[in-house]
Amino acid sequence: MTAAPILKLEHLGVTFPNNPVFSDLNLTIRQGEVWSIIGKNGVGKTTLMRTLLHQLRPTQGKVTYLPSVNDVRIGYVPQFRNIDADYPLTIRDFVGLNLTGWKLPWLSAKERAKVQRILEQTGLTQLANRPIGQASGGEKQKAYLAQALVEAPNLLILDESTASLDPVTKTELLDLVTELNQRLNLTVLFVTHDIPMAQKYTHQYLMMTPGKIEQGPIAQLTDDKVWEGENV
Amino acid sequence: MFSYEFMRNAFAAGTIIAVICGIMGVFVIARNMSFLTHTLSEIGFSGAAFGVFAGWAPLNGMLLFTVVSSVIVGQLSARSERREAATSAISALFIGMGILFLSLANKNASYATSILFGSVIGISASDVRQMLWLSLVVLIVVFVLYRFLKFDSFDHTGARVKGLWTNALSITFLVLVALSVSVAAQIVGSLLIFILLTLPAATAKYFAHTVGGMMVLAIALALIGVWSGLTLSYMTNYPVSFFIAAIEAIFYFVALGWQRLQTAE
Ligand SMILES: Nc1ncnc2c1ncn2[C@@H]1O[C@H](COP(=O)(O)OP(=O)(O)OP(=O)(O)O)[C@@H](O)[C@H]1O
Ligand SMILES: [Mg+2]
Repeated sequence: MTAAPILKLEHLGVTFPNNPVFSDLNLTIRQGEVWSIIGKNGVGKTTLMRTLLHQLRPTQGKVTYLPSVNDVRIGYVPQFRNIDADYPLTIRDFVGLNLTGWKLPWLSAKERAKVQRILEQTGLTQLANRPIGQASGGEKQKAYLAQALVEAPNLLILDESTASLDPVTKTELLDLVTELNQRLNLTVLFVTHDIPMAQKYTHQYLMMTPGKIEQGPIAQLTDDKVWEGENV
Repeated sequence: MFSYEFMRNAFAAGTIIAVICGIMGVFVIARNMSFLTHTLSEIGFSGAAFGVFAGWAPLNGMLLFTVVSSVIVGQLSARSERREAATSAISALFIGMGILFLSLANKNASYATSILFGSVIGISASDVRQMLWLSLVVLIVVFVLYRFLKFDSFDHTGARVKGLWTNALSITFLVLVALSVSVAAQIVGSLLIFILLTLPAATAKYFAHTVGGMMVLAIALALIGVWSGLTLSYMTNYPVSFFIAAIEAIFYFVALGWQRLQTAE
């Protein structure tokens, strides 16, 4: 039995003024799948993710979230982020920012427990009271992931979120994502240049090259294809 | 000092102003909006001058001008690179208009100085009441929108990812700043109002560990500045804005120095 699709891209294309990024992208993403999105710098991976988030309007085709999963909650860890180094915003506070809604200004006991749990899962308990602006690159990445996860998303989009992590931390976080995928059926889109990692942790791949987009089970991602995708 | 009604009114008004400015200042600083706040206060000057010209209370003229222009600026500044140049142009235009309205209104120079630099003696009990109502509106909106404002102000990328209506939030926030500017200008004057809206929060940023702490500290610093400014002004007869500006600036430079020492270690 195949899982229910949650996201469908039909003939999707984005063109910036004088710069066609990609076109005619057809893709169905099903619940619980883990995709790697690969391709060389500037090919349009981040652009595609922003289109999925409705931050960019596609110039052709459409993005549809399917009602088979009512209420698609997206957790997105963007590639770049601007946070002033001086802000008195602790990592704990930063993670809690994502708990929104028409609620009281302060977090409830239940919400604080949620934040605490995710801090533990991402290994940030020791750093919880450090200002986010002063955290190291890798610590920030962990905090971003924690913030994206705190609202229990069912679709997680990571844009090169492991690029600045050391090997041990990288494995820890990917194990966490894998565990959430298995336990909660979390769907994951993983933009990355790390092919061995993609082969180890993801099930499907989408390889973007200028003018051509290929997809398939990760086992079919051969070295020749990678070489071609990353170099042509 | 408190045996005079005008001093009681001034203290009541000053307290309201300090609380509003401390709270709003935290978001103004987090959103890097000091410059825009300055512009809004210049627009406020123009509005007050228009009020005088039209025979209204200056506060009503200010409210009209700042609120309308904050909505316009909010539309312009969806792209922030364009914001600075556009706001400079707007502020120049409004200062010019303010000068024109004042000269058309045929009021003497002391009227202009009190709009620009604020005054202690001009505040009546009904002014205080109006300020209180306006401040309550600001406080209630901030309370209701607090989580959204905090998210968008301290982590704009995250708030956009979340799908918060960040443009609407930003316009709403500008309108709140416009209200605060109009309220606060009653004592410190439109030329110096941005001091209370930026310096206490900018100082607090260096000492606080949480956003809530920053807010409490900013309110405290604003209160100290306003209360001691009023007292000193009463004792010396020098303008209250001078004392407030000096006190807040000293706090800020002390904080900068302290921050230097911390990072140098
Ligand atoms: N807002 C924009 N306006 C115009 N062009 C843009 C915009 N954003 C991206 N581009 C262009 O679109 C192309 C794709 O950019 P994108 O950021 O999606 O690449 P990417 O695949 O994520 O690259 P990387 O691996 O370096 O992150 C690039 O040529 C880029 O210059
Ligand atoms: Mg990218």
